[in-house]
Amino acid sequence: MLSLILIFLASLFFTGVINRTKSIASGRKGPCIFQGLKDIIRLGKKGSVFSGTTSFVFQIAPVIYLASVIMAILVVPFGEMKGLISFDGDFVFFVYMLALGKFFNVISALDTGSSFQGMGASREALFSMFAEPAFFILIGSFALLTGHTSFHDIFISLHFSSSISYILGILATFVLIMIAMIENSRMPIDDPKTHLELTMIHEVMILDNSGIDLAIILYTTGLKFAMYGALIVNFFIGTFPYYISIPIFFGVQIIFAVIAGLLESFTARFRMSHNSQYIFVLSSFSLLIFFGVLLIMGRFN
Amino acid sequence: MYYLYKLGIGIINNDVSRQNFLMDLVIFFILTVIIGGVIIPFAPLNWKGYIALMAVTIISCLSSYLSIKALQGENVEYYLPGSLISGVIPLRLDALSAWFILIINFTFITGLMYGIQYMKTYINQKSNISIHFVSYLIVHAALISICVLQNGVAFLIAWEIMALGSFLLVIFEHEKEDTIQAGINFLIQSHICVILLTMAFIFLGIKTNSFDFKDFTAYAASAPVPATIGLFLCFFIGFSIKAGFFPFHTWLPYAHPAAPSHVSGVMSGVIIKIGIYGILRMILVIKTDYVVIGYIILFISVISGVYGVMLAILQHNLKKLLAYHSIENNGIIGIGIGIGCIGIRTGKDILIILGFAGALLHTLNHSLFKSLLFYGAGNVYQATHTMNIEQLGGLTKRMPNTSLLFLISALAICGLPPFNGFISEFLIYSGMLAGLQQLDLFLLTALIFSMFALVLIGGLALMCFTKAYGAVFLGTPRITEKHIPEEAGWGKLLPMYSILILMISIGIFPNLFMEIVAVPVGLFSVSTTLTTSVVPLYETLIHISYGALIFLILVAILYFIRTLILAKNEFTTGPTWGCGYVAPTIKMQYTASSFIRAYRKLAEPILSIHKNKKEISGIFPHGGRQETHPYDKAEELLIDYPIGQFKRFLNRFAFLQNGNPKFYILYGVTFILLVLAFPSIFNIIISILNFLNQ
Repeated sequence: MLSLILIFLASLFFTGVINRTKSIASGRKGPCIFQGLKDIIRLGKKGSVFSGTTSFVFQIAPVIYLASVIMAILVVPFGEMKGLISFDGDFVFFVYMLALGKFFNVISALDTGSSFQGMGASREALFSMFAEPAFFILIGSFALLTGHTSFHDIFISLHFSSSISYILGILATFVLIMIAMIENSRMPIDDPKTHLELTMIHEVMILDNSGIDLAIILYTTGLKFAMYGALIVNFFIGTFPYYISIPIFFGVQIIFAVIAGLLESFTARFRMSHNSQYIFVLSSFSLLIFFGVLLIMGRFN
Repeated sequence: MYYLYKLGIGIINNDVSRQNFLMDLVIFFILTVIIGGVIIPFAPLNWKGYIALMAVTIISCLSSYLSIKALQGENVEYYLPGSLISGVIPLRLDALSAWFILIINFTFITGLMYGIQYMKTYINQKSNISIHFVSYLIVHAALISICVLQNGVAFLIAWEIMALGSFLLVIFEHEKEDTIQAGINFLIQSHICVILLTMAFIFLGIKTNSFDFKDFTAYAASAPVPATIGLFLCFFIGFSIKAGFFPFHTWLPYAHPAAPSHVSGVMSGVIIKIGIYGILRMILVIKTDYVVIGYIILFISVISGVYGVMLAILQHNLKKLLAYHSIENNGIIGIGIGIGCIGIRTGKDILIILGFAGALLHTLNHSLFKSLLFYGAGNVYQATHTMNIEQLGGLTKRMPNTSLLFLISALAICGLPPFNGFISEFLIYSGMLAGLQQLDLFLLTALIFSMFALVLIGGLALMCFTKAYGAVFLGTPRITEKHIPEEAGWGKLLPMYSILILMISIGIFPNLFMEIVAVPVGLFSVSTTLTTSVVPLYETLIHISYGALIFLILVAILYFIRTLILAKNEFTTGPTWGCGYVAPTIKMQYTASSFIRAYRKLAEPILSIHKNKKEISGIFPHGGRQETHPYDKAEELLIDYPIGQFKRFLNRFAFLQNGNPKFYILYGVTFILLVLAFPSIFNIIISILNFLNQ
C-alpha cells in the first residue's frame, strides 16, 4: 500500500521536474513543477470530440491503460513492505499487465483509421516487443542470484557484497533507466516535443484523444515513469527503516527525473530504423548481467 | 432403449457388472457411430447436421462420463478381444486420456453447432454435405478411440481413420484447385507420419511379441538407452508431423485456409493436439533418458514457437495467419513438455508440475481461443467473401459481436491477463524460474534462452494480433463493398459465446482448473509427494485470481467515473483529426503490410519473401506497384528443393516414356524374358563362382 501512495505522490511532480530540467538546461526559466498536473485538471474540465470512425475500442482504451498501470504498480514493493499483490513470479504478471495496456493503446490508435496514428501504433508495437526480453532477463538474473522469484523477495535479499555485484547493480540501473525511457517514448528513442512524422511514437498514437481521455493518458504516462523510478529505488533501499527510505525514495525519483531531462536535452534522437537495433542491444546488456550473476555464483567451474 | 435401460442400472460398483457396463458403453458407442453414419446420407438436407450433432453429443456424453470418473481417480480398463495380428486390445482411460477426451468433446460439439450454421450457405450440395458430416462424426469417434486404445495395431488403424477423415473434411470445397492441392499435401504428410509410427510399433512388436503398451514399457525399461532414445525420436518425429512442429509444419498453413472455418477451428484446436497426446503418451510408455529428450523437445519447440509467429506476422490471409499461430502455440506447449521432461530426470517435482501442467492447460486454452478465432474468421469470410486482410476493415461497426469475440480471443492468445492464455504461460514461466534454481550450467543457459524466446514470442504475438484485429475490424473499409456485411446469426454466435465463457472462467478462477489438471500431471511423476508440492502453486494462482478480479472491478469503476465526467462536459463527433489532415481518404489508412514493415525489414534476411516491385521512374511516370508474398523458407529448403532435385533426376529417364507403343512392347517382352531367364542366369552365376572358388 505504501508503494502505491508514494508512487502516486511522485507521479504528481515527475514530468514537471523533467520539463523544468530541460528548460533550465536550454537557458529558460521553464514552467512550474506542477504545471503538468494543472494541465491534466484543465483537460478534465473540457469536452471531447470523438471521431466517427472509432468504435467501442476507442472509448475503453484509456481506462484500460490506466487500470493496467495501476495493477502493475500494485505489484511493486517498497523496501520491506510488499506490494498489495505479491506472489512468486509476480514480475511476469507485471510485464504482461503493462503489455495489456500497450495492446489497447495500439488498437485504439488503429481505430481512428488515420495514417499518423497507424504509424505510431506500428512503431510502438515493434519497440515494446524488443524491450520486454531485456526486462525479463534482468529480473530473471536477479531471481537466479537471490533464489527467489517475487519482486519483494528479490529486492530484500539483494546484497551488494563483492565488486562484481556493484558493477551488476550499476548495469542493472542503466538497463532499467533505458527501459523506462523506451516505455515512455522519451529520448533517445523518441522526441515527445516534436510533432513531426519522423519522430513520434507515443505522442502520435494519442492525437485523436481529447478531454478526459487525454487527461487520463497524460496522467498514466507520469504514473508509469514514477513506477519505473520506484523499481530503481528498490535496488538501493534494501532493508533500511522508513525514516531513511522514504526520503531516499523521493530523492532518487528527483535524480531520475533530472537525469531523464538531461538525457533529453543533450542527446539527439536515433534514426528510427536504428531504434530497434538499440533496443535489442539492451537485451545483450541483460545477458551480460546474467553471465555476471553466473560468475558471482561460481557456476563456471 | 434397452441399452439406455441397462446404462441406468449399470452404475454399480460391482466388478462383474462393471465390466458388463463398460461392454455396454463400448457397444453403444460403436452403434451410435455406425447408425449415425448410415442415416445421415439418407436424411433430408436440413436434418443431416442435426443428426450428426445428436450422434456427436451422445458419444461425447459416454466418453465424458468415463473421463470425469478417471479424473476423479477411477481409471477405466477394458479388454476387447482382438484378432490374431493384434492380440487382445486393451482400452485404458487414465487421467491423461480423460483430459484430452474432454477437450476433444467440447471443441467438437461447439464446432458442429457452429458448422451447421456455416454449412447453410452450401445447402444445395447434397452429397458433399453428407460426406462432410459423416466424416466429422467418424473423425470424432477416431480421436476418442486414439486416446483410449493402447494396442499398437488398433492405435494405427484409428490414426489412419482419423487422417483419412480429416482429409475428407479439409477438401470440402474441392472444386477449387488450391483446396485439392492443400488436401493432398496434408494427406501425404499424414502418411509419412503413419509410416514412422508403423515402423516404431513394428519394431516394438517384434521385440516384445505383443502390441500392448504395458509390454512396451517393460521392454523399454530394460533396453539400452540409445535404443530407447532412437525409438522415442521415431515416435516424436511422427507425432511432430501431426502436431506441426518445425520443420514438419509445412502442411499446416495450406490445410487450414483451405478447409471450411469450423473444420479449421476443430483441426487447429483438437486434431493437431492428438500429436501432443501421442508425445505425452510415449513419454509415459517409453521410459528413457528424459534429459536428452527434454532438451531435444525444448530446442525444437523454441524454434517452432519463434518461427511460427515470425511467419504469422507477414501473412495477408487471415486464416493462414491463424494457422501459423497454431504452430507457435504448439511450440509453447512443447516448451512446457520439455521442462517437464527435464524435471522427471532431475527428480524435481516442481519442474514436473509446472512444465506439464502448463503444457496440458495450454492445450485446453489453445483449443478454446484458436477455435474461437477461426469461427470469427469464418463469420468475416461469410460476410465479406474475402480472407485478404488488406481488403477488409471497419467491420466492428457492422459486426459488433464478432468483433468483441475476436478481440477477447486475440487478447487471450497473446497471453494477456485476465484471460486464460496468461495462466498457462505463467505456469511455464514459473517452471523456467524454478529450473533456474538448479546447479547445472547447461540447463541454466538453456532456460534463459527459452525464457528470452518465450518473451519474444509474446511480443511478436502482440504485434501480429494488433495487426490482424486492427486491419480487419478497425478503421474504415479498405475496398468499397458491393454488399454490406452483416453480423452472423445467433446460431453461430451461441457456441462462440459458450467458448468465451469457459475462457474467461479459466482466467479468473484458475485454481479450479489447476486441481483438475493436477491429476494427469501426477501420472508423470513416480514420487508420492506431488500433492504436497502443488500447494504453494494454488496460493500463487489465488493471487492471480484476485489480481484478475481487482483489475476488472477497477476497470468498471474507472469507466463509470469517466462516463460521469464525460456526461458533465459536452462531447461531439467529428471526422478523425489526425494532426489536421481534414480530407482523409481510405487509402491513407495504414494497411497491414505497412504496419509490419519495420519488422519485415528486420526479419527479411531470415525469411524468404518474394517481392514484386515496379518503381516510379522517368519524367512523366506511370504508376508504381509493389506486391509482397511471404513464403516459408523451411518449406523451400526441405520440400521444394529436394522434390525439385528428385524431379530433375527422374527427368533424365523421361526418354523411357516416349508414347511409342513399340517401345512399350519392347519393355514388356524384356521384362518377361528376364523373369523367365532369371533362375537360369542365377544358376550360371553360381556355377561360375563355384568354378572360381576351386
